[in-house]
Amino acid sequence: MIETNLSLAPHNERDLILEYLAPEKTADAVKLLAKSKGSVHVLAGGSDLLVRMKGGYVEPDVIIDIKRIKAMQDIKKGATGFSIGAAVSCAKMGEHKALRKAWPGVVEAANLIGSDQIQGRCTIAGNLCNASPAADSVPALIAAKAVAVIKGPKGTRRVAIEDIATAPGKTCLKKGEIVESIQLPKRAAKMADAYLRFTPRTEMDIAVVSAAVNLTLGPRGVITHARVALGAVAPTAVLVPEATKILKGGKLDDEKLEALAEICNAACRPIDDKRGTIEFRTHVAGVLATRAARLAYTRAGGKL
Amino acid sequence: MGKDTLLTDRVFKSVGTRPMRPDGIDKVTGRARYGADHNMSGQLHGSILRSPHAHASIKSIDTSKAEKLKGVKAIVTAKDFKTKGITDPGLLDIIDNCMAGKKVFYDGHAVAAVAAVDAKTAKAALKLIKVEYKLLKHVTDVDEAVKPKAPVINNKCFTKGVDPTPGKASNVAKRSEFGHGNVAEGFEAADVVIERNFKTGQSHQGYIEPHACVASIGPDGAGELWVCTQGHFVFRQQCAEILGLDEAKLKVTSSEIGGGFGGKTHLWVEPVALALSQKANRPVKLVMSREDVFRASGPTSATSIDIKMGVTKDGVITAAEAELRYTSGPYAGSWATLGAMTAFACYDLKNVKTVGLEVLVNRPKTTAYRAPSAPMAAFAVESMIDELADRIGMKAIDMRIQNAAKEGTKSSYGPVYGPIGIGPTLDAAKNHPHMSAPLGPNQGRGMACGFWFNFGGQSCTDLNISSDGTATITVGTIDVGGARASLALVVAEELGIPYEQVKAVIADTGSLGYNEMTDGSRGTFASSMSAIQSCRMAIADMRQRAATLWEIDVDEVVWENGQAWAGGESNSNHPPLSIADLAKSAEKTGGPIAGHAQIVADGAGVSFATHICDIEVDPETGQTRVVRYTVIQDAGKAVHPTYVEGQFQGGAAQGIGWALNEEYIYGEDGRLQNPGFLDYRIPVCSDLPMIDTQILEIPNPNHPYGIRGVGETSIVPPLAAIGNAVSNATQVRMTHVPMSPPRILAAIHAQAASDDSSDD
Amino acid sequence: MSVLVSSTINGDNIEFACEPDETLLDALRDRVGMTGVKEGCGTGDCGACSITLDGALVCSCLVLGAEAEGRSIETVEGMSDGNTLHPLQQKFLEHAALQCGICTPGFLIAAKSLLEKNADPSEEEVRYALAGNLCRCTGYDKIVRAVLDAAKQMRKA
Repeated sequence: MIETNLSLAPHNERDLILEYLAPEKTADAVKLLAKSKGSVHVLAGGSDLLVRMKGGYVEPDVIIDIKRIKAMQDIKKGATGFSIGAAVSCAKMGEHKALRKAWPGVVEAANLIGSDQIQGRCTIAGNLCNASPAADSVPALIAAKAVAVIKGPKGTRRVAIEDIATAPGKTCLKKGEIVESIQLPKRAAKMADAYLRFTPRTEMDIAVVSAAVNLTLGPRGVITHARVALGAVAPTAVLVPEATKILKGGKLDDEKLEALAEICNAACRPIDDKRGTIEFRTHVAGVLATRAARLAYTRAGGKL
Repeated sequence: MGKDTLLTDRVFKSVGTRPMRPDGIDKVTGRARYGADHNMSGQLHGSILRSPHAHASIKSIDTSKAEKLKGVKAIVTAKDFKTKGITDPGLLDIIDNCMAGKKVFYDGHAVAAVAAVDAKTAKAALKLIKVEYKLLKHVTDVDEAVKPKAPVINNKCFTKGVDPTPGKASNVAKRSEFGHGNVAEGFEAADVVIERNFKTGQSHQGYIEPHACVASIGPDGAGELWVCTQGHFVFRQQCAEILGLDEAKLKVTSSEIGGGFGGKTHLWVEPVALALSQKANRPVKLVMSREDVFRASGPTSATSIDIKMGVTKDGVITAAEAELRYTSGPYAGSWATLGAMTAFACYDLKNVKTVGLEVLVNRPKTTAYRAPSAPMAAFAVESMIDELADRIGMKAIDMRIQNAAKEGTKSSYGPVYGPIGIGPTLDAAKNHPHMSAPLGPNQGRGMACGFWFNFGGQSCTDLNISSDGTATITVGTIDVGGARASLALVVAEELGIPYEQVKAVIADTGSLGYNEMTDGSRGTFASSMSAIQSCRMAIADMRQRAATLWEIDVDEVVWENGQAWAGGESNSNHPPLSIADLAKSAEKTGGPIAGHAQIVADGAGVSFATHICDIEVDPETGQTRVVRYTVIQDAGKAVHPTYVEGQFQGGAAQGIGWALNEEYIYGEDGRLQNPGFLDYRIPVCSDLPMIDTQILEIPNPNHPYGIRGVGETSIVPPLAAIGNAVSNATQVRMTHVPMSPPRILAAIHAQAASDDSSDD
Repeated sequence: MSVLVSSTINGDNIEFACEPDETLLDALRDRVGMTGVKEGCGTGDCGACSITLDGALVCSCLVLGAEAEGRSIETVEGMSDGNTLHPLQQKFLEHAALQCGICTPGFLIAAKSLLEKNADPSEEEVRYALAGNLCRCTGYDKIVRAVLDAAKQMRKA
């Protein structure tokens, strides 16, 4: 064992106040968040925060662990849909049969985040608040029309998922605010979602491009509602409202799929980076959107 | 797992069996101690400050604030390393790379180091060190670096190997040339000539264990170094010279090693840890982070290869020529030389010429990676063979068979081959069921051959017989993945005792004579040769002792099945004496029984492999999937076939990763963008199929058991085999490794666009 | 200020003190002395530091030591039953599923976690379940075979 005596030299002030706190109630977490000074970080699964700490990108003064907050630990099925606590691991979502049946695309997206090891820790609330444009669960949640329930010093507010991230790494959450849960709407009959992402490897990768499609069918396979969202093609995950117009009314035929691919290509504002090129992302966004649409359509009972 | 033993005539008892490894229990229970698992009393935490710039001169380094921080015990910079009196330019480069002197040459280059009471204090101290840089223009791309207007990295770099030596400094450190015949005449005689440029990205060995060491030097100049290394004797020699210590007084102990693949043949942080320890007069532990491993320990060369080959319509290669440009980081290396030597080594060529250019760039210092430099050259050559065969309407395998080198062939790099395995591996490939298996939609099959020299070199071993007759073989080559089992098998074979009665031990540098690294596929080849000699010395001694006990002539004593037998009818009254019997009476016959050998292991037989693979390509995304993979390689004699298969499979998997996704990505600013396992994408378990292997045994005439090195060759063919498979699946020739999905998709789209325009 | 943590490690009650921002990986290695838990990356990308935390497979580099308060941890050091190796440990040796061995502790823990959930996994299921563990030596072939063979043996027992 190595020596562990602490250095409390004046230059290193953060050592004096660095705290790990694990409140048991949301209200306590809000109070701690509101009063803490310096660099305050919420620890959910830790699969982003600890990586950033390791790299020296963040040096927290206060770490607030939310995994001991009772209200954040469960998946609840109610009259209006599902409520997924902010501390629920993605692995737990995958084990929840009813949730899997109702929102296969959302659960698949959540289960694509990292390895089994990461799955045991990571949360969709954390994925959302990390505000990466490539976050896997976010496009699926947007397509599902999910809502984040935010608790703060001024009470509760509900914000659409697509409005949470404002820029890479930035959210609309204010000082003292915390996401308590994510609400998924009730699943109607003949409704299904799908999420697909592109990664060079089969696992352990970040989405280079991703697409989520959520469809509701009427009689004879006619699409009555549709929501399409794309990931990793813009500073934040994006809802593609034009895609709704294209998909609504009529069956999912080749003409619709071609138009969907085109509109998705047009919705892309990607960058060239270590994970992919502009051309690649733009092209593959369309490919994935059409594949996800096919999948969602079949899942909803439509025949291709 | 096929194994063709028909080519070996010797009958072995132990060699060729598959027992469990002696160090296995420790490794499945967490007890095995690797580089970072060792601690010393009073040890300090070492940490290194690294350059954020690709190229800059260091104007000043101010460590005064950091020195005043409570808990900081030592800080070193380049001025703590005395270069006076050191004449070896290679060693001077190592020192400059371990701690930047006047300039930083790459993102991640070390500029200062701290030893402090704990990690937190060390980290705080690094932040207090102020380095003033003057930024310089940088160049990271190999083809940009050779352009006349490229920023010159080292203004004392005048191309060697060119007569007369140029008067103007450039980034080309050395030019080397190999070949024979007249390529111009050869191209004249060809019916089809193809010229192309191939590029390969820079890959990293990607060992899972980061570099780690614990260094301790006392005021008397005696020291210890615990370190994960592929060669602790070499580390001792170099560290002692760098630190100005007596070599004998520095004891280097090799920890268990968590992968090396060539990357742990080189010093990165060890001299720094020793210097910190010397200054602080306390042990110092220094462990690299994964990010530092990528930024600052040696990857392969990035390459650009211009190649031209000609063939007759009957499939005879009439001429082959290549210029191979290899990056070597900011210091001169011999990487392009190796590429130029290996490129055409599989073939019997009348006219061949290769030129290698060592190119300096602002990237970390290139280091060996499993058959270093050969995979990139093979990518170019083996891709060309496929394309040429296609153009003349011949099967690629038949063209390879027709042109394959054989015993007596003058190799493209000079020597004349003895018995070699390229022909047999090709024949085995042709007859392998994989070759004729049906392919699915969007799938393509590719094959490629590979060559590696294999090395031998200085080795030293001790054999000691215990009082109960069990044996300890002490070697100085570290075990990267099963060598202890292999060497114990060889000793068991030679002494004629069971494998279980032999223990293989890896000695520290104080306990055995000098041994070269475990590199160049030499570990089992060279150490087994030395071990056999040690055994034979002990056997000679034991025969003498038996003769003494029996009072007969030593010539009448025969050694068989681990026992001394009295030969001749007149001696039949003497029952045989086992090793245990002889050990029991050792005190009366001359003391402990031992054998020793020190050798220069010559004659490491060259090694060849042929790989076959099937790849599926998603034409809409460029996504690839490895559907099936087969490795066929000559092992000379497979001592422990399971571990030989393991080497074949591991090398293939590394080659697959390199071919498809692994690559150093630099930004415009010259900084490495993907220094982590998330974005430096080595294959994960779900990326690969089972990797089928077939071991051929064409005995190496220079080794008593016919052993050849097997560790490296398996990484040589995959780049080309996959390139050929992807090209066959997409009908687009792939010329740029890694063949990442964006590159494949772009190539498909470019081909479609050119097809469209040619249709107009 | 150090945090005092009381946890159960491989069945034993163990207390350790660590920094509030110290990872469980560092705490296990440097405070508790369990060096069988390896660091390959420190960012959750290699799986060498795999442990189970209250039964869930995690990378200990992505858990804070402080989070282990009151929790149960299992590491490779606790896998064998006295002198009897766990079937996975035994099969890893028989199949030569390790070369350098640095990734082995993490693979064993991940494979054990898989077999507890799925006693009869297909090759594909094994490959995906172990995708969070990097091995650079073996090409995974012999690891997958060892896990499938261990599963078979455990089903018989």
